[in-house]
Amino acid sequence: MNIKDVENLALLTKIELSLEEKESLLSDMKGILDYVKQIESVKVGDVKAEYKLYNVWREDNVETREFSKELITKQFPDAQDGFLKVKKIL
Amino acid sequence: MIDLTTLTIAIARKKLDAKEFSAVDLASIYLGEIKKKNKELNVYLEIYDDVLEQAKIADEKIARGESTPLLGIPLAIKDVILIQGRKVSAASKILENYLASYNATVIDKLAKQGAVFLGRTNTDEFAMGGSTENSAYGVTKNPHDPGRVAGGSSGGSVAAVTANLALGALGSDTGGSVRLPASFCGIVGVKPTYGRVSRHGLIAMGSSLDCIGPIAKTVTDAEIIFNAVKGHDILDSTSIVDTTYSKVTIKKVIGVPWDLINGEGVDSKVQENFTQSVKKLEILGFKVKDISFKNLDIALAIYYIIMPAEASTNLSRFDGMRYGLHKDGKNLLEDYLKTRGIGFGKEVRRRILLGTYALSAGYYDAYYGKAQMIRNMLKKEFALAFKNVDLIITPTVPSVAWKIGEKSNPLSAYLADIFTITANIVGVPAISLPSGNVLIEGKKLPLGIQFMAPHGREDFLFEIGKKFEAL
Repeated sequence: MNIKDVENLALLTKIELSLEEKESLLSDMKGILDYVKQIESVKVGDVKAEYKLYNVWREDNVETREFSKELITKQFPDAQDGFLKVKKIL
Repeated sequence: MIDLTTLTIAIARKKLDAKEFSAVDLASIYLGEIKKKNKELNVYLEIYDDVLEQAKIADEKIARGESTPLLGIPLAIKDVILIQGRKVSAASKILENYLASYNATVIDKLAKQGAVFLGRTNTDEFAMGGSTENSAYGVTKNPHDPGRVAGGSSGGSVAAVTANLALGALGSDTGGSVRLPASFCGIVGVKPTYGRVSRHGLIAMGSSLDCIGPIAKTVTDAEIIFNAVKGHDILDSTSIVDTTYSKVTIKKVIGVPWDLINGEGVDSKVQENFTQSVKKLEILGFKVKDISFKNLDIALAIYYIIMPAEASTNLSRFDGMRYGLHKDGKNLLEDYLKTRGIGFGKEVRRRILLGTYALSAGYYDAYYGKAQMIRNMLKKEFALAFKNVDLIITPTVPSVAWKIGEKSNPLSAYLADIFTITANIVGVPAISLPSGNVLIEGKKLPLGIQFMAPHGREDFLFEIGKKFEAL
């Protein structure tokens, strides 16, 4: 891992970082990755990811839920006519 | 005068019902204590301004002859659990002034019983840490030694109960965040079976690991809170029902993974205290058996892959658009970069970057994929072990509470989770109980013992917990 990787990750995660922070994160991440790399030595053989699958879906019936539209829209940093307002994308 | 040091939820229930004191009396005393001690300990991020009104409503119900276990009981709530209309910040700048738009299911359940919410408690930012040193609002101090951390991430909730600033509390536990501070402060902390307590309304960190858990002075009190908040919830698709896991027979055998406990990095005082606890369990009539796991020591490594990976995904919702902090840039991309750059603290950024790395193309199989496979192997090993033992015990933490600022290297702080993370990785319930003290620099510092039970068997934990506590 090098500083370019950190820069790339910062862009992917949409987090603005100063050069100093990037360097400090690089050194932290190197340490942590060195530690977690020990999983490489574990032989998993033919173990497959096993999940106990069961249906969590309910029937498509109308059920009332209590929620406050006002409380939700009030938390928008910017709104107009009850809609969330963001900068143009294209 | 009510003596808070000896008061428990169970005792308070009797006295409230007998009208020896009112819920308003009780809440007032707690508010007074909070006023005296909160500044030094930094336990509460906010004390609600309607505590006495809540208590008054409880008193009216008591006057009508109603009685539920938590009616009129003053509780502290970790700042990651939503209460409609109240602030919830996850101890982060990115949610500093956010008002919750709905109630967490656990809050609905507690409110239905008439519990009194005193305030929201400090935590590591987004519950990421083991000491509350990562809170954007300062560290919570250990009531036994204010020079040391209270543990984390539910440090505020645990310190509140320890310092008699609440009678009980809720925390959340992703890798030990209820049990570790409980050990550092000498009280009881429970991490339920994965899915046993609904997480609807809990700010998510690692979704395959997160649990909400009770914090209390005694095992009975923890059980009272657990019984109040548990249960299937249609709003949480991962929540389980009472019949999800099949019953197991009691063998009166306890397993101890001695090779992990005697390994390096575990304080000799912790080992000594643990050995004494094991002897006590033998006196109680339990057979103690040495067990070993092939993949136990690797659990911490897979945790620090799975947890950040899931956290990086969960925290993508904090984009400055829908709620919380918004920093304006020249365009949408700059809005994101600035908001998240300013809003997230150092540990949170570290985990988001780390998780994104572990999930990125080319690394996914080597990190997240492999970690999941090892997780399955460990689950199988645990299922096998629980065929022969009722409980698996370890110390809760390999050390006593550390000094504030002592662990500047993130990895050294992560290693404190060595005993607690396994229960989250495997999904089994676990409890931390006080197991004694050690005298360090003139201060009596608590130690804890952890019991893990098979899936769905919290009752094993409460049963042995009460016996252990009585010794």
